[in-house]
Amino acid sequence: MADRLPAVRMRGITKEFAGKVVANKNVDLDIYRGEILALLGENGSGKTTLMNMLSGIYYPDAGTIEINGKHRVISSPKEAIDLGIGMIHQHFKLVNVFTAAENIVLGMNEPSGFDLKAASERIRQVCDTYGFDVDPNQKIYDMSVSQKQTVEIVKQLYRGAEILILDEPTAVLTPQETDKLFAVLRNMRDDGKTVVIITHKLHEVLDISDRVAVLRKGEYVGEMITTETTAQEMTNMMVGHQVSLNIERPDVEMDYRMERIRVKNLTVRNNEGVVKLDDVSFTAYTGEILGIAGISGSGQKELLEAIAGLQPVESGSVEYVVDANSTPEEVEQLIGMDPIKIAQMGVVLSFVPEDRLGMGLVGSMDLTDNMMLRSFRDGMSPFTDRKAPKHLAELVVDELEVNTPSVSTPVRRLSGGNVQKVLVGREIAAAPTVLLSAYAVRGLDVNSSYLIYDLLNRQKGNGVAVIYVGEDLDVLLELCDRILVLCGGKVSGIVDGRTTNKNEVGLMMTKLGGGEE
Amino acid sequence: MIHISKRKELPLGQALAIRLGAIVLALVVCGAITTLFTGLNPISVYGAMINGAFGSQRKIWILLQETAILLCVSLALTPAFRMKFWNLGGEGQILIGGLASAACMILFGNTLPNGVVILLEIVCAIAAGAIWAFIPAFFKARWNTNETLFTLMMNYVATQIVAYFIIVWEVPKGSGQIGIINQSTEVGWLPQIGTYKYLLNIVLVALLTVLMYTYLNYSKHGYEISVVGESANTARYAGIKVDRVIMRTLLLSGAICGFAGLLLVGGTNHTITTTISGGRGFTAVMVAWLAKFNPAVMTASSLLLVFMGRGAGEISTTYGLNQSFGDILTGIILFFIIGVEFFITYRVRFEKKEKEATND
Amino acid sequence: MIDLVAFIPRAVAQSIPLLFGSTGEIITEKSGNLNLGIPGVMYVGGICGVIGSFLYESSLADPSQMNKFLAVLIPVACCLIGSLLMGLLYCFLTVNLRANQNVTGLAMTTFGVGFGNFFGGSLIKLTGANIPTISLGATSKVFRTTLPFAGSMGAFGKIFFSYGFLAYVAIAIALASSYVLNRTRVGLQLRAVGEDPATADAAGINITRYKYVATCLGCMIAGLGGLYYVMDYANGIWSNDAFGDRGWLAIALVIFTIWRPSVAIPASILFGGLYILYLFIPTGENLAIKELYKMLPYVVTIIVLVFSSLRNKRENQPPESLGLPYFREDR
Repeated sequence: MADRLPAVRMRGITKEFAGKVVANKNVDLDIYRGEILALLGENGSGKTTLMNMLSGIYYPDAGTIEINGKHRVISSPKEAIDLGIGMIHQHFKLVNVFTAAENIVLGMNEPSGFDLKAASERIRQVCDTYGFDVDPNQKIYDMSVSQKQTVEIVKQLYRGAEILILDEPTAVLTPQETDKLFAVLRNMRDDGKTVVIITHKLHEVLDISDRVAVLRKGEYVGEMITTETTAQEMTNMMVGHQVSLNIERPDVEMDYRMERIRVKNLTVRNNEGVVKLDDVSFTAYTGEILGIAGISGSGQKELLEAIAGLQPVESGSVEYVVDANSTPEEVEQLIGMDPIKIAQMGVVLSFVPEDRLGMGLVGSMDLTDNMMLRSFRDGMSPFTDRKAPKHLAELVVDELEVNTPSVSTPVRRLSGGNVQKVLVGREIAAAPTVLLSAYAVRGLDVNSSYLIYDLLNRQKGNGVAVIYVGEDLDVLLELCDRILVLCGGKVSGIVDGRTTNKNEVGLMMTKLGGGEE
Repeated sequence: MIHISKRKELPLGQALAIRLGAIVLALVVCGAITTLFTGLNPISVYGAMINGAFGSQRKIWILLQETAILLCVSLALTPAFRMKFWNLGGEGQILIGGLASAACMILFGNTLPNGVVILLEIVCAIAAGAIWAFIPAFFKARWNTNETLFTLMMNYVATQIVAYFIIVWEVPKGSGQIGIINQSTEVGWLPQIGTYKYLLNIVLVALLTVLMYTYLNYSKHGYEISVVGESANTARYAGIKVDRVIMRTLLLSGAICGFAGLLLVGGTNHTITTTISGGRGFTAVMVAWLAKFNPAVMTASSLLLVFMGRGAGEISTTYGLNQSFGDILTGIILFFIIGVEFFITYRVRFEKKEKEATND
Repeated sequence: MIDLVAFIPRAVAQSIPLLFGSTGEIITEKSGNLNLGIPGVMYVGGICGVIGSFLYESSLADPSQMNKFLAVLIPVACCLIGSLLMGLLYCFLTVNLRANQNVTGLAMTTFGVGFGNFFGGSLIKLTGANIPTISLGATSKVFRTTLPFAGSMGAFGKIFFSYGFLAYVAIAIALASSYVLNRTRVGLQLRAVGEDPATADAAGINITRYKYVATCLGCMIAGLGGLYYVMDYANGIWSNDAFGDRGWLAIALVIFTIWRPSVAIPASILFGGLYILYLFIPTGENLAIKELYKMLPYVVTIIVLVFSSLRNKRENQPPESLGLPYFREDR
């Protein structure tokens, strides 16, 4: 392969972000026509940053880029587009109030003039060629995530991108949708296009790529032909040392287990009147991790927020079982309560929300001030007490090895993993009986992820009822005792984490399968 | 080619130096422009400005008094701004507060004892300002109605209400103004400390500054305000009732604006006009923003703006320019101070664009 | 009853500055810039036109013999240049230097109103007149020229054809902006910039250029509103602070029209009518009550604000990134 002219040749690429570590350091990378390259690396290893420099979003501090053998300076997305480079970002770049067609032609300057009808016709042709299903006149805000992603891909094909970069494209897809996407990508490769897929999932690398290049902590560590490597070898390269790929799932003594949260016929509508949860019922037990699987936007957020007292509910009940053994059974109703009332009832309910800096923490405040976010009301004084929170902050920094200059650093300046440690540390410090967590390891590197799994398992061992909303099916299957699968706001089934498999859960996520508990 | 990237946090000293540099640069530009219009040498321009601000004991008192009132309004707006509630209605809240105190003076001036009138004035001015700010806050809290424009419109509604009462109470009929209220009895006039006409206002505002600083930084309310300002979602998560905090904070904000109206009407002017707030509701927005909503720094930023206004006013009268010249100079200074923040947050790098496609 | 034939032309004349201002502000806001400096810009536009025409009139021995073409061209050009400079200033601060838009706008309003009154005052002093106004009667006469047949068409002519050319220009600009925004590529791209600059940027649209062009164009259009006010509405008489708070009313109109220039045409006439309604409602001896009528446009704006927030429709919202600075490398 070395004698072929690469479509992209990057040499000595370096990029630094203010206040953070170097994102890319002296990276060399070649990408060839007619191949699918997997760019593998942990979260925070600089994969996205590197590709953003190819697509003109970021400008490198140093280094050169050659496209088809010609030296190019790419200082804006426009220049990248003109060079035939198209990138599908993890956070889709689509204007919500526009239709699919308007988004697809956005920024193009077709010589035929501005004609949305004609464009829609051509969009339909592209869709027919590759087997997509896109309605050009549908507004983006009415679309599901996988539809939005389809629009993104069609947009790039419509523009005739020769070099296509996809950033973690499968994060929001079901296994079946992933298979369909991969088929399209293979199709494109066979058409002679260049495809780069950014991922940290090993089985995807093995499944789709021809070649794999690995980044670690912003540096290029090597590349391999996919057929000649193994998952273990790639992991070692990615992490830099031997790691076991197994997540523990300790068994908890059965006499600890009792019912803790009983959700019955829960129905929730959002502000726009759309049903987000539809007649959801399940029970969470002490000493277990109950996983929640489903494509994103299936009602996970509403479910956790309803239990935490943050989401108005249309009907149904959420019972907190204080003591199942007393007669009559002692039960508290959580519906209609807000977080303060729930705490006043003596229910210690911890919640690690999906949006860490936008919900769980205050980005501009330091660690100390964040520690008191849920407890600042304590005491009769009109003034806040900062001694206890400071002490707690120091404790969390020590125990969870948070990498921060001091406890008076604004949390916004910490890296993703450290932010999550601060949040989880605070929530666990409250000694909860119920722990809700959403996407607890999203964006975290392997070591931080394993630390979080470990913390969750320890809570489970202490008899806490843990509810874990996840997106990575492999993790859910390894970590959780039981997995509840949501599809379009409905429970399509609850399966045993020890006996089920990925295909079964995947099918349930799209409602094709399903079976009762 | 110019490339811009975010900086690491600048050390405080360096950031301060950059800001001071901008102010100096702005003063140089202002001097140059003044020279252009007056033909004077720049040194005497600055001399005139300093003379206008500090030239006599009386001028210093006026400077301090003006600073105190502007600072008072800025302090009023700050809790709202910390919550990212753009209260541009300071103007109207001051007017309504002033109107309430004038009403007390006029209606009860001849029937109630002085002490009671003053007490009534204080209560009414504060309540009126608070209500005026509460109206937009209520709609913001309930239906997320845009507060920037709502508060802005409330200014003009207030102006017309004041205009209405000026005609109702005008002395003499047909003059279109009220004149000094209770000139002979001085009922309802706030007391003087000793012989110092403005000292009471200054002392009260100084006290208010300390209180506001403590409230914002050390109280539970202040903490809630900061959380709401950062993200309503986080506040909800923390069990903070966002709507209640918005309404409570705006009651406070409006109350202090009303208090500023009281100081203007009961303390210094002893009359009411539609222009009594003199744009302070807007100037205070900039004072508060320049100080990054820190009450201590606001003392400096309000002093700076008042100094500019007084200095420019002096130039205008001395050299026969029109009073609006001060607004132009203030505008220029503001542009510089607003613009300089960029150089504190970002780093600018110049480099030659390399010749493209060298292999061609 | 109100005399409609007298009322409507006055309401329309009153509405034209508002229409210019709100059309300009809509175009600006579509690019994501919330320009609260529009009131200042309209002052600057007005005074620049006044300065231009003042210099032209005083260069002639007999102003009534002036060249009609130049009499229009000079003030219009001066007005456009003055407003353009204000627009450039705003863009430099908010787009290049990423300054807070609210604060920049307010500072521009302080500056612009001061600028207008300063030069207005200085010109007044130059003329040495006793009254604090500048009168540009000859220029105004040219601006106020109506179609020749307007007078002979009775009430119909009075309602539709009794205005100077700038009034029709305002309506034409509003209609054209509406077309461009909704039917053309440029409009689509401009809206994308205001909705989601990161997406527009990734699609290869030059964010800086769009923000600059839209904001500067918006300022120039708004500036014409100031010029119309002096030259047409006020018969060529400039007096300080006479323009009043029309700039803020124009900004309020933007919300009233839910960001649609075509809606701005009837809406501004409605506001113009409300603005002068107090002159047409008989109040007898009670002069004070007129002051209360004057608050009508503001009260109506507040009511509209509240109602539009109650009906939370997706298409009726402000551009999503309105007021926010954009920096490509933000993470």
